[in-house]
Amino acid sequence: MLEAAPAVATNLSRDELLALHRRMLLIRRVEERLGDDFKAGTLPGPVHLYIGEEAVAVGVCAHLSDRDWIASTHRGHGHFLAKGGETRAMIAEVYGRATGICRGMGGSMHVADFSRGIIGANGIVGGGIALTVGAALAAQLDRKGHVAVAFFGDGAANQGVLMEALNLGALWKLPLVLVCENNGFSEFSPTATVTAGTIADRAAPFGVPGVAVDGNDLLAVWQAANAAVRRAREGGGPTLIEARTYRLRGHVEAEVTFLQGKYREESEVEAWRAKDPIARFASYLVGNGLATEADLVRLDEEVAAEVADAVAFAEASPWPEEGQELCFMFA
Amino acid sequence: MARKRMIQAINEALAEEMARDERVILFGEDVEISIMGDTRGLAARFGPDRVRNTPISETVMTGMAVGAAAAGYRPVCHMMYGNFLYTGFDAIANQAAKLRYMTGGQITLPLVFMGVFGGGRSSAAQHSDAMHPLFMNLGGIKVVLPGSPADAKALLKAAIRDDNPVIFLQAAGRGGEAGEVPEEEVVATLGEAAVLRAGRDVTLVAIGSMVAPARRAAEEVAKEGIEAELIDPRTLWPLDTGTIVASVRRTGRLVVVDEARDACSAASHIVAVVTEHAFGALQAAPLRVTVPNVAIPYSPPLERRVIPDAARIAAALRRSVSAGGAS
Repeated sequence: MLEAAPAVATNLSRDELLALHRRMLLIRRVEERLGDDFKAGTLPGPVHLYIGEEAVAVGVCAHLSDRDWIASTHRGHGHFLAKGGETRAMIAEVYGRATGICRGMGGSMHVADFSRGIIGANGIVGGGIALTVGAALAAQLDRKGHVAVAFFGDGAANQGVLMEALNLGALWKLPLVLVCENNGFSEFSPTATVTAGTIADRAAPFGVPGVAVDGNDLLAVWQAANAAVRRAREGGGPTLIEARTYRLRGHVEAEVTFLQGKYREESEVEAWRAKDPIARFASYLVGNGLATEADLVRLDEEVAAEVADAVAFAEASPWPEEGQELCFMFA
Repeated sequence: MARKRMIQAINEALAEEMARDERVILFGEDVEISIMGDTRGLAARFGPDRVRNTPISETVMTGMAVGAAAAGYRPVCHMMYGNFLYTGFDAIANQAAKLRYMTGGQITLPLVFMGVFGGGRSSAAQHSDAMHPLFMNLGGIKVVLPGSPADAKALLKAAIRDDNPVIFLQAAGRGGEAGEVPEEEVVATLGEAAVLRAGRDVTLVAIGSMVAPARRAAEEVAKEGIEAELIDPRTLWPLDTGTIVASVRRTGRLVVVDEARDACSAASHIVAVVTEHAFGALQAAPLRVTVPNVAIPYSPPLERRVIPDAARIAAALRRSVSAGGAS
């Protein structure tokens, strides 16, 4: 395992840095809203929130274009938005409306936009990994320098498909980046209780670089992803990145209503709240004279307006038409 | 027409479709050397970009097919034995069968999972299942089982050109069986049954590996004056219920032969559909000739007892015509 270098100067401009911050804020505010909606009982189905992990999706997707592919997880709103998916279409999808990105057919766990390279969220833990291997094979055959990135959790790292993907990806030198978001929990089990060894170390036997990185440090993630994506584009094959972060919210919203006991202490959550990736990047920006507090407040207001607009759009959108439930099985 | 073995017909279908469309790619375990012969010569002809051996990693193979199809290719994923589809089942059931639906029709998934199914060669329980009913129940996968070399070629060509996931299952014991294959190009229409033999007394539906013994049984009972109408559905999903129901309306009797285990077999589904749509025309209870709900045994005399053969099918035909009202 390689420890990623600490975040130092990137070649990012001030505007680019602010855009990354804005993207993290957008994910946060969208999800806070969805959490409130769930609590209010207005969402049709469950939501798994990414709050606290935003730096991973944003730091990785900063290196990708619409022609690169990502597949994601049941906790997939952040990846969708980080890859450039539309806020309105995503919220409308979670609301189950006809204007949703999937016309209300998939909901929170299946937000996808193939026109932007978003193969989509996935309700099966580890289910996206093999899909990105296929997309990476397609990218390799296309010879246009595109890559595929699999986002998956520490829970999925215990699925056999990861070993299969590492083996095949290394053997065929596929343009593939495997990003494990180690957020501390496999659903309701602390990672250490279900996971042996170090996830980043699982790459080494296949001759694949395995990099552990502070997943709450946007620039550290950005740098690790920069190296991995470049290596993939240049034909060097896969990289496994273990981004160590923390799931500030539960596995699923309102889990306290059905859980009988506790699986973590509030003090642990509070300790991680102090390492919030957005607050941390904000102080980096201000501390280095890249932004003022007023700049950041203005960004937050912009984002709040975008979320309000998207919610209003979704609320005003119709339900899907009767009969659509029988469409789309076959082309 | 020329006589060809089924394995040759499949090989020709693959080669012709790969030559026709460079987006068609093929991967699977040992497809380069090709233990069954169906992919033989393709690696040399089309090169390593388009024909690749994979590790024995069914979970990633099936998912890779879905991902490559979503990204614009037309993969053919060779699973060798159909039983290994179970090992790669997640990407078939949870991804391939649902990805287009749950993303609101954003994509097409032109891909084929192929493999051999069925018993008859003492391959024992883990290499002999007839697993097509499982895939019929998924809804989002077309299920294709050829009963002859000509159909194998025409159906596989159609499967590769189809913009949807297709499972193509060839009967394991039949790779060497020969039949007439047209010289000119024939591309079947998925979802269309074939009436292989006309008859007025009883409708006999036979699936995949059961077509040949059903034909022998029909010929045998014809000597006794029983004329069976033999129908090969060729595609089990979507199923050509119209052809089958129309036949039963004429004959009033139905026997379905399927190498699947009895419970929830394709035969069960066909009997249910016919009973719903042609209840008034039925003069006798529909009969299913299937495998009992056991795994496939190894020892030849035991295996012969569980897999339907011409004698069992003929007995069912006789029972059907002697039951109920006069035909």
